Amino acid sequence: MDESLTLHFTVPPDDFTRAGEASSSTKATLKQLGLPADVIRRVSIVMYEGEINMVIHANGGEITVTISPDQITMVLKDAGPGIPDIQQAMQAGWSTASGAARDLGFGAGMGLPNMKKCADTLDIDSTVGVGTTVTAVVRL
Amino acid sequence: MEKFFHSVYLDDSLCRGCINCIKRCPTRAIRVRNGKARIINEFCIDCGECVRTCSYHAKKLHRDTLDILNQFDYTVALPAPSLYLQYNNLTDVNIVLTALLQLGFDDVYEVAAAAELVSAATRTYVREHQDAWPLISTACPCVVRLIRVRFPSLVEHLLPLKPPVEVAAELARRRAIERTGLPADRIGIIFLSPCPAKVTYAKEPLGIQKSQLDGVLAIQDIYPLLLGRMKQVRDNPRALSAAGRVGVGWGISGGESNGMGSDRYLAADGIENVIRVLEELEDDRLTGLQFIELDACDGGCVGGVLNVENPFVARAKLQQLNQRLSARPAPPPPEAPASIAWDAPVKYEPVFRLGSSVAEGISMARRVEALTEEFPGLDCGCCGAPSCHALAEDIVRGQASKSYCIHILRDHIHTLSNTCAGLVAEAAAQGGEYSQERLQELAGQLDQLDTEITMMDVGHRPAVPPEGTDEEGGTVG
Repeated sequence: MDESLTLHFTVPPDDFTRAGEASSSTKATLKQLGLPADVIRRVSIVMYEGEINMVIHANGGEITVTISPDQITMVLKDAGPGIPDIQQAMQAGWSTASGAARDLGFGAGMGLPNMKKCADTLDIDSTVGVGTTVTAVVRL
Repeated sequence: MEKFFHSVYLDDSLCRGCINCIKRCPTRAIRVRNGKARIINEFCIDCGECVRTCSYHAKKLHRDTLDILNQFDYTVALPAPSLYLQYNNLTDVNIVLTALLQLGFDDVYEVAAAAELVSAATRTYVREHQDAWPLISTACPCVVRLIRVRFPSLVEHLLPLKPPVEVAAELARRRAIERTGLPADRIGIIFLSPCPAKVTYAKEPLGIQKSQLDGVLAIQDIYPLLLGRMKQVRDNPRALSAAGRVGVGWGISGGESNGMGSDRYLAADGIENVIRVLEELEDDRLTGLQFIELDACDGGCVGGVLNVENPFVARAKLQQLNQRLSARPAPPPPEAPASIAWDAPVKYEPVFRLGSSVAEGISMARRVEALTEEFPGLDCGCCGAPSCHALAEDIVRGQASKSYCIHILRDHIHTLSNTCAGLVAEAAAQGGEYSQERLQELAGQLDQLDTEITMMDVGHRPAVPPEGTDEEGGTVG
């Protein structure tokens, strides 16, 4: 792991205006490393969707991004309500977002499906009442 | 011409080495080194923010003077649409155009008329290239330069059509040749520009191999010269204008989109807003759009730093002028149609890249992050870089040292003065007796103290740290 760069971000709860900061910051770093545009785009989408999920559902959380020459690993960890049925959550259009989030244009039920589409692997480890950890990998 | 030529330059005698420009530069292209604001050519996109923001008017812009008219046998003025919007109560564009002839030009060719041709070509191109939606307007050279260095994935969305000024230049020269029979190089095509990005464009265009422009004058230089002449010709102007509302409307943000005949567009102006739109576009967060119009200046071209009038007042003037303009675009020129397509596609330039390989980049980025942690995070700019993070990057690129941070320097000065005080106290305890060795040590420490206090001065942060210093820099570390 000596060959890797690690970035940490704290996603604040209930602040839609700040969702996207971690994604933008990561994108800026990846561009500086000269990674292919497609890889950067996929990482950005996974990060952004993950951040929005944390804001809408989980009172914020922590994101750790590990960048190595062959892959980018994103670990998104929250202490939110957990996902009771992961299969259902992965379905396009399924959402438990609040009315307030929907009023802002979020909660279309595309977050996790979009992340899955963009990541090479996506693992969700969730316990109801404890929290959720999403681990996404984008390979170079 | 060099690849990263710029029209902005510094008047050293006026620059005080303050931090106003480095903080406002959207691409973080300026550093204060040796007490003067230096532009990093590769990073600069000619937006003119530094010109606008410099309290001491030390940022200057290259442009031609009217003397350029003497270099040619026949000259054509190409007024930008925003020129018309500088004047109060203008009821007829022909007054401005006739005054330009009085000023010494042999002919005028409105950029606004060419803009209507570009609008038509854009409509066709957008309709036929659904795969490239949304297409991003390339009329603002500053936006094209920004995308070229910062948004690699958006390069393929650039609308590969010449800007109106280039189309106008080509048509103007062709018309001049037909009217005079002169060889092409005896005809001078001179643009009256609202912004420095167009000055750069004329010398170093993007999207085409060579611009047809022979010179660029600043609207602010021409504006006062036209005022008196406009009075003279006011009652009897020549009928020279052909452009309608669509073409003249290109001078303000949203004007180009207005010529699209579609409502699936987005128009943003002001460089920071432009960057935000491009960031969202890059992440696929803007959907359902066919066309994106981006203007680096607030309000569009009327906000260009070479204009005279406040852009919002200029917009209000357009509303008045519009009542006098035709809703129909100019008739196509009788000459053969101009070639509007690009002939030299724009390529991504990774100027901000760290390292030559991903592995090297990662190792450099790690050092940048570690260094950033050591700095106070005040982003005060006293080091000459716009932020602590930018200083960390400069250090890792070998272009600065840690001692450029005055906060780190201050802590070291404290440590040094404490050491000196300790040596003096030690001597005092021994009845004021210094050994030769101790005296030398004290002198050495005082010497360092003096060096570091001198380094607090703004003029003592060179472009490249002195040889023999590591990234810690100088005596600090």
